[in-house]
Amino acid sequence: MVTLKELSTEELFASGHRLCAGCGEGIINRMTMKALRGPTVIVAATGCSEVATTIYPFTSWRLPWAHVAFENAAAVASGIVEAYNAMARRGAWNKKVDVIAMAGDGGTYDIGIQALSGALERGHDFLYICYDNEAYMNTGIQRSGATPHGADTTTSPAGSVIPGKPEWKKDLIGICAAHGIDYAATASPAYWNDYITKVRKGIEVDGPAVIDVLSPCPLGWRHDSARSIEMVKLAVETRYFPVYEFERGKYKLNFNISRPKPVEEFLKLQGRFSHLFKPTYRKDVIDEIQQNVDANWNRILKLCTQN
Amino acid sequence: MTIVGLTGDEAVAYAVKQSRVDIVAAYPITPQTIIVERFSKYVADGEVQTGYVCVESEHSALSACIGASLTGARVFTATSSQGLALMHEMLYVASGLRCPIVMGVANRALSAPINIHGDHSDMMGSRDSGWVQIYAENAQEAYDWTLQAFKLAEDKDVQLPVSVNLDGFIITHCMEGVDTLEDEAVSQFLQTRKPLFTVDPEKPITVGALCFTDYYYEFKRQQVEAMQNARGVLDKVCKEYKGVAGRHYGVLETFGMEDAEAAVICLGSTAGTAREVARKLRAQGRKVGVVKLWLYRPFPNEDVGAALGHVKAVAVFDKAISFGARYGALCSDVVSALHTLKECPKIFNVVFGLGGRDVQPADIELIFNEALEAAKTGLVKEETVFLGVRE
Amino acid sequence: MGAVVVEAGSSLKYKTGDWRAFRPIVDKGKCVNCLLCWIYCPDSSIIRKEKWVEVNYDYCKGCGICAHECPTKAIEMVEEQK
Repeated sequence: MVTLKELSTEELFASGHRLCAGCGEGIINRMTMKALRGPTVIVAATGCSEVATTIYPFTSWRLPWAHVAFENAAAVASGIVEAYNAMARRGAWNKKVDVIAMAGDGGTYDIGIQALSGALERGHDFLYICYDNEAYMNTGIQRSGATPHGADTTTSPAGSVIPGKPEWKKDLIGICAAHGIDYAATASPAYWNDYITKVRKGIEVDGPAVIDVLSPCPLGWRHDSARSIEMVKLAVETRYFPVYEFERGKYKLNFNISRPKPVEEFLKLQGRFSHLFKPTYRKDVIDEIQQNVDANWNRILKLCTQN
Repeated sequence: MTIVGLTGDEAVAYAVKQSRVDIVAAYPITPQTIIVERFSKYVADGEVQTGYVCVESEHSALSACIGASLTGARVFTATSSQGLALMHEMLYVASGLRCPIVMGVANRALSAPINIHGDHSDMMGSRDSGWVQIYAENAQEAYDWTLQAFKLAEDKDVQLPVSVNLDGFIITHCMEGVDTLEDEAVSQFLQTRKPLFTVDPEKPITVGALCFTDYYYEFKRQQVEAMQNARGVLDKVCKEYKGVAGRHYGVLETFGMEDAEAAVICLGSTAGTAREVARKLRAQGRKVGVVKLWLYRPFPNEDVGAALGHVKAVAVFDKAISFGARYGALCSDVVSALHTLKECPKIFNVVFGLGGRDVQPADIELIFNEALEAAKTGLVKEETVFLGVRE
Repeated sequence: MGAVVVEAGSSLKYKTGDWRAFRPIVDKGKCVNCLLCWIYCPDSSIIRKEKWVEVNYDYCKGCGICAHECPTKAIEMVEEQK
């Protein structure tokens, strides 16, 4: 845990990038840079952050950064980690470098799941951060495996017959935990201290670590850009997005929301759920979402007490 | 120089071992499997310091290799057929990011139908990816070319990935006595890689930026230059290798072309069979020759022009089909190379060996006869001969 | 070559300040230097001073997060004048 004053004023993620005003990824990139412990290399997957921060000949990154493709951040990171190890073995490399892969929920939950699974199974020493804005935002707000039930996206639109995405959000932490890695956690940038501490923790873990950080998207979630942080605070306060960690086989809840706000408070502020309120108040879908939020919360509580 | 009994796959693995590669990230696929299996044994026995990453797919194999290559490490991978197709996207990325990766390709037919035997459809399907492409005739060449490939790829005027192609099963699984260099000689020939740019915290760079309409074209144009440079650099590398190994390679090898009226041009192991047939026919006084092309990309137009320009008829062997096109890949390239000559030979295409369909000396003799006929009459009877198919 | 950008942080040459429709104005009297606006700014456009914060108008996109999150309501979003 740190205080804001203790955090470095050095901005390894510089201004001048072209992320939307109020973009969660901008906030997350900055916070991530504050958590580094030494020389670091970033591997980025194709996505909003990659595209908007490195438009040739401009780059916002003041540390080594490589983008290769959409679905392979974890595989590329694996190669970099092992290459440094190999070069060190032959005496050609003596620097301790941390490798962080950063990808969106698109490049993680769906097309990137294979590369992530392989990298976790092989146990490379790197941190994988998924900035989760719950859809393929960069290409026009298409649904992903991380999109919540009932959300309106361009490939799961709220129509007259189907009210938004029928499927539910994948349990990424569960998937990561199933690989037996030492550290996986969720985070929300509204809780900057928790997120920065987790990034540092993930870096320090010897082996793979994964963080799924909720990233507000004013354009895709359709909320006022000024309310980005409020959104991801409400997500936690409604138990919609539980913030917890899985560390060496044990689950721990980081924010125990004892008096949760109804999930409706979170939903009603976003355009991607507006069809649940107008023209008809869809109590059926909202109740479904609330039930799922409650069941998920209880599931996580149970995991935490089972330690 | 030690003669070791090695199959093509084993020869490649041995060459990679001697090349002091830092990272091998690969996924097994028949008939490349022996390369990765043999190499993993080297790793398990501590015979190499290489980091061996058993990735979960070919796409991740090349992805990991690209990442590793960006740190300045020497990198190798190998694949075949479906695996090459799966990593297709990354082939373009590897060349676009100028990673001097060497990849052994055990050429095998592409599905569907699924077939594990050798033809060139896999590499031909990726021939535009910006990789330098070399074809070996046998295990000896596979060994020699793998070593030379690293030097070619890493040259500062090239900085492109290189694929060394060997026919699936025919070369990969057949044992020969391979004349191998001593480790020290390889180390001398292949010094440590000197990368032009690396991912290094002391000099932070951004690799793989987004290039809009205002910049993309220029980067591609640079790649064209690099590919063109590869032609000249290959000569340099082969000359140096001759000094080390005593074997002189180049862009192509000819047999009987001095006085040939009809010729066959092909890639890979078929050249051996063609040579034997040509030898037999030449003993009978028939003026035939064989051009074996080593370097496929960049296509050595001038060299091919010089080799074939004076003959009257050429049969171009393609071990793959380019559906919907008049000619197969190699034939199209040969036509491109020859069509501006004052006197262009008569050319016809021979599609053969698909899915590992065997090509017998008798079949090739047939083709030589067709070519001689065309040389005499100035007429091509059949533009494309599907050799060996049951119609 | 290879789409490599050698100059780290070259995006600083691209001033995103002209994206703004509203600009944040800091009332230094109300600012308690809690630095929440600083950590939440996606564009590193809050400058930390000794006792308060200032805004870097070269890059500030006017998203309004700083004003919204400020615990003492020290920041007001004012419409940009053309």
